[in-house]
Amino acid sequence: MKALRSTFRRLMRNKFFAVGLVFFLVVFVVAIFADHLAPMSYRDMDVPNALQPPSREMPFGTDQFGRCVLSRVIYGSRIALWVGAVIVIIQTTIGIFMGLVAGFQGGYLDSIISYLTDVTWSMPVIVFALAIVMVLGPSLNNVIIAIAVVSWAQLARVVRSKTQSAKNKPYTEAARALGMSNTRLVLRHIFPNILSPIIVLTTLALPQAILATTALSFLGLGSQPPAPDWGVILNEGIDFIEFAPWISIFPGLAIVWTVLGFNLLGVGLRDILDPTLMD
Amino acid sequence: MLEYLVRRIAWAVVTVITVSIVLFAILYAMPGDPIRMIIDPRMPPEMLEELKVRWGLDQPPHIQYFMWASRVLRGDFGTSIASRQPVILLIATRFPYTMALTLTALVVRYLVGVGVGLIVAVKRGGWLDSALVVSTVTLRSIPNFWLGIMLMLFFGVRLGWLPISGYDSPISLVLPVSSLALPWLADTMRLTRTEALEVMREDYVTTAHAKGVPHTRVLLKHVLRNALIPVTVMFFLSLPWLIGGSVVIESVFAWPGMGRLLWRSILAQDVPVVQGIVLIISVLTVVCNTLGDVVCAFLDPTIRAEYE
Repeated sequence: MKALRSTFRRLMRNKFFAVGLVFFLVVFVVAIFADHLAPMSYRDMDVPNALQPPSREMPFGTDQFGRCVLSRVIYGSRIALWVGAVIVIIQTTIGIFMGLVAGFQGGYLDSIISYLTDVTWSMPVIVFALAIVMVLGPSLNNVIIAIAVVSWAQLARVVRSKTQSAKNKPYTEAARALGMSNTRLVLRHIFPNILSPIIVLTTLALPQAILATTALSFLGLGSQPPAPDWGVILNEGIDFIEFAPWISIFPGLAIVWTVLGFNLLGVGLRDILDPTLMD
Repeated sequence: MLEYLVRRIAWAVVTVITVSIVLFAILYAMPGDPIRMIIDPRMPPEMLEELKVRWGLDQPPHIQYFMWASRVLRGDFGTSIASRQPVILLIATRFPYTMALTLTALVVRYLVGVGVGLIVAVKRGGWLDSALVVSTVTLRSIPNFWLGIMLMLFFGVRLGWLPISGYDSPISLVLPVSSLALPWLADTMRLTRTEALEVMREDYVTTAHAKGVPHTRVLLKHVLRNALIPVTVMFFLSLPWLIGGSVVIESVFAWPGMGRLLWRSILAQDVPVVQGIVLIISVLTVVCNTLGDVVCAFLDPTIRAEYE
């Protein structure tokens, strides 16, 4: 507990982490209290008031159906955080499992997993995600699956190499000589060694996941209207770019704010926990 | 060197084959009978069976894969379901536009990124490092399609300086190229600067200075050459990323390239076109990765030495 508090204090002295944390907390609070913060419903249409510029009642203006853009952007934060979290959980689980098995077991399992990792690594992520979404059909859940299954390779690689080096350390050998079971060995001696890179890479993967899903939603392959997904709002807004640019400006700013927050957190964590990790 | 080259190329071939199998499997799993999308639904069932046999659709999946792969190797990617044109023809007319877009973005990124990176490497200062880190993180957090929309809004709609969609003349390149190149610009600057600073601390640079070699010559001959190794590798590794990014950017700017064709074909569930384009992009990716490694080995004497 004490160690945790001192790490946190060290983290807060890192400007990137501190600023990133503020950015993240803002999005988090907005997502939690969306029902209280949003001035209007995100889906009730009011066609006579369509395409109104920002005003006192509608700070972000209204869209082509007269819906409040501010409320839609506020509710969109829920989708973005949810999607980011789910993708990262799936891809981290696959990555840790693959990396641990390959690094700890070695042998033919290692060869097979390394081969799979290298091949996945050399596939263009967004292009393969597009092909998978075509097969599964356009929906937010399918986009989550598609992106998660093509983006675990980096973590698997790092976990594998860290596991290998921890496995050959004297303390691991000693524990094994004392008759410690494999499960306990992994939990007690291997896992603490791979925890830092996992935290850093996961934090940096989250913004990537949000960028990729909003891109696919923007292309009409992810969330479907009337969902207040930021990508969907941008997709609808581009048709009105000439006379209602506010529909396109605000959801984009929301994406930048969220993604920047996580990127700053990730950079701060990397500086403190594992400076050797490259981008 | 030769051994390294052969191993690298063999690995590239294996990867391409694996990726093509994965791609074939993904699209094979697609629900629905592919033949029903092409033919007249009123066709009698006997004729349908006959067609299936003629096209090999009654064969087990691995045989179908080999049939597909051997056709692809002969340059036959099948016929588009939506437009009834040969896929290879559709891709061939759009490929140059995608290449023009991505290669220009790459060149802009490197000329500006490496140039500015080297200039600021000569100047030291902690504030410069922080500024570069902050701009790297910020630029990377901007979705390229939204950047495109904002550039379109400002320079196209408001100021009316630049065309916002399609391709009329090379000036149409400006906005899509900027949307692709800008997010990675600060990144390239930072990498170049870090590498150059690292090389400047090497012993051989001190030696060259001590021998009385003029400062500019040291910079050009020793520092530049060595600092450019990782930058060159990144040049090759980033081409596939740019091609991936161009799918979205081409859709924003109605650019007549391969990425936009891929997007429209996915919406139309035009499997042969999607298969062809994804395969071509995958091959390009593997070729670029391999080139990156080989060029790195060629430029870096320590890697070369391992195989000699």
